[in-house]
Amino acid sequence: MKELVVISGKGGTGKTSLVAAFASIVSNKVVCDADVDAADLHLIMNPSVRERHDFDSGHTAIIDPDRCTQCGLCRDLCRWEAIGEDFVVDPIACEGCGVCYYVCPEKAIDFPLNTCGEWYLSDTRFGPMAYAMLGIAEENSGKLVTLIRQEGKKLAEVHRFDLLLTDGPPGIGCPVIASLGGATAVLIVAEPTVSGRHDMERVAELASFFKIPAMLCINKYDLNPEEGDVIETYARRKGVGVLGRIPFDPNFTHAMVQGQTIVEYDAESAGARAVRRIWDRVAGRLAV
Amino acid sequence: MIISVASGKGGTGKTTVATNMAVALQGDIQLLDCDVEEPNAHLFIRPQMDAALTVATPVPEVDMDKCTLCGKCGEICQFKAIVVLGKTVLPFPELCHSCGGCMHVCPEKAITETDRELGLIEHGRRNAIEFIHGKLRVGEAMSPPLIRRVRGYTRNGALTIIDAPPGTSCPVIAAMRGADFVLMVTEPTPFGLHDLKLAVGAVRKLGIPCGLVINRADLGDDRVRDYAREEGLPILMEIPFDRRIAEAYSRGELIVKALPEWRSRFQDLHQQIQARVAGAPAAD
Repeated sequence: MKELVVISGKGGTGKTSLVAAFASIVSNKVVCDADVDAADLHLIMNPSVRERHDFDSGHTAIIDPDRCTQCGLCRDLCRWEAIGEDFVVDPIACEGCGVCYYVCPEKAIDFPLNTCGEWYLSDTRFGPMAYAMLGIAEENSGKLVTLIRQEGKKLAEVHRFDLLLTDGPPGIGCPVIASLGGATAVLIVAEPTVSGRHDMERVAELASFFKIPAMLCINKYDLNPEEGDVIETYARRKGVGVLGRIPFDPNFTHAMVQGQTIVEYDAESAGARAVRRIWDRVAGRLAV
Repeated sequence: MIISVASGKGGTGKTTVATNMAVALQGDIQLLDCDVEEPNAHLFIRPQMDAALTVATPVPEVDMDKCTLCGKCGEICQFKAIVVLGKTVLPFPELCHSCGGCMHVCPEKAITETDRELGLIEHGRRNAIEFIHGKLRVGEAMSPPLIRRVRGYTRNGALTIIDAPPGTSCPVIAAMRGADFVLMVTEPTPFGLHDLKLAVGAVRKLGIPCGLVINRADLGDDRVRDYAREEGLPILMEIPFDRRIAEAYSRGELIVKALPEWRSRFQDLHQQIQARVAGAPAAD
């Protein structure tokens, strides 16, 4: 089983539009949305959900005022300032570490398991899809990322497909790290701006830190070709495969508004042609 | 006053709004870049840095001469960051949330704390603006503790503008909590709208007043505006898609420098926020 994870470092460079476009030209694969914090791929894939599951992870402390004697031990030990002077826990500040629950001499603290998201197995016009949504202001996004990628792999095994196409989260922190473990390769979507370069360098460094082979494509290349060249030169020096350039094409936005991929919206648009070229190179490198 | 600039979806223009507003205003201004995974504000502000500080978080270290392998540390740890394995205790510092629970419950006082490096905080100035940002160490998973450290630089009496990370989970919460106003930068596309709804949900959980900036306002459709109307969210500014703005951005230039007529628009944006905060009922 091969897994390509599409990441970017910087948000909004076009990861999801690109993954959706790939999904519409590649057969025998499962698509997975691992950007569980702000999952958007389903807006284009329009999935019919076959299975819906709760994602239970992490605990939150709740102090029972009837049992609490306000001794203050929990407040002294809580490093998150999550327990107010009135001995009420702020669930948003609570880290779920359980220190208060374990130390309370009155056993006045409950520590229930949280349901902090949902995940889905679904069918789409481009084949099976696994995706997940973290609840608003919830934690444990890394665990949900790991879970949904595993479910995506299982789904691919059931269908005897040997490719998982994963839309990754932005950044370089916990959810991104969770999206890299065991991936065959990452494709970094960069934009030719000073921010795009800065962020691409950090995410390429992250892939290298975890020894995952990386490839690069530049979106909206013509916005600043000089900056694009600098990014490609950096990539080559770091052993990141440079796969190609996508021009700024408003058809990506037009397609999104229609709930379509750019290939469906206008297969002969400059954007769609660039996407096909880049996929051919990805497929060559992944040997799929 | 603290204004946190957030978005849900990445790449909608948070940094553009935060940096241009900071530069357009006069007075005692702080700009805190709390997108510590991918900080970009310094590329536009180009501050003169005057201090750098490595930031760490405490993680356990076990003195095996004192340890009796009782297992209490592993029992309290919710993050599988310390386990008793055979005749030794293995801490996994990268999984540790620094709650101190293991150290507290150890009956032998065999656990002390050592440091795990989170990243770097840099401090600098550009004219009247005090600039602070955090840079998460590549390979470090947890950004909220570093974000909280950056926010520790907030000074009472200053106008503090926070450039928040994308998303709707713990890092964003760390960058919005305690703010007087959240300015939500969005784009009028289905992705922008979907993520905006999530972000507004998070802001409402925190009980903070918020308003919108619609960027690339003429690309996409009207659904973001419809949503704003239904939810009673004020649209405080619209920035059209203008290739000159996009190209200036790509070179690391501020809009207020490339297109000076924008200076007064960002001042007006700030005035609208001030009026709303002054008129808003106190957040609980």
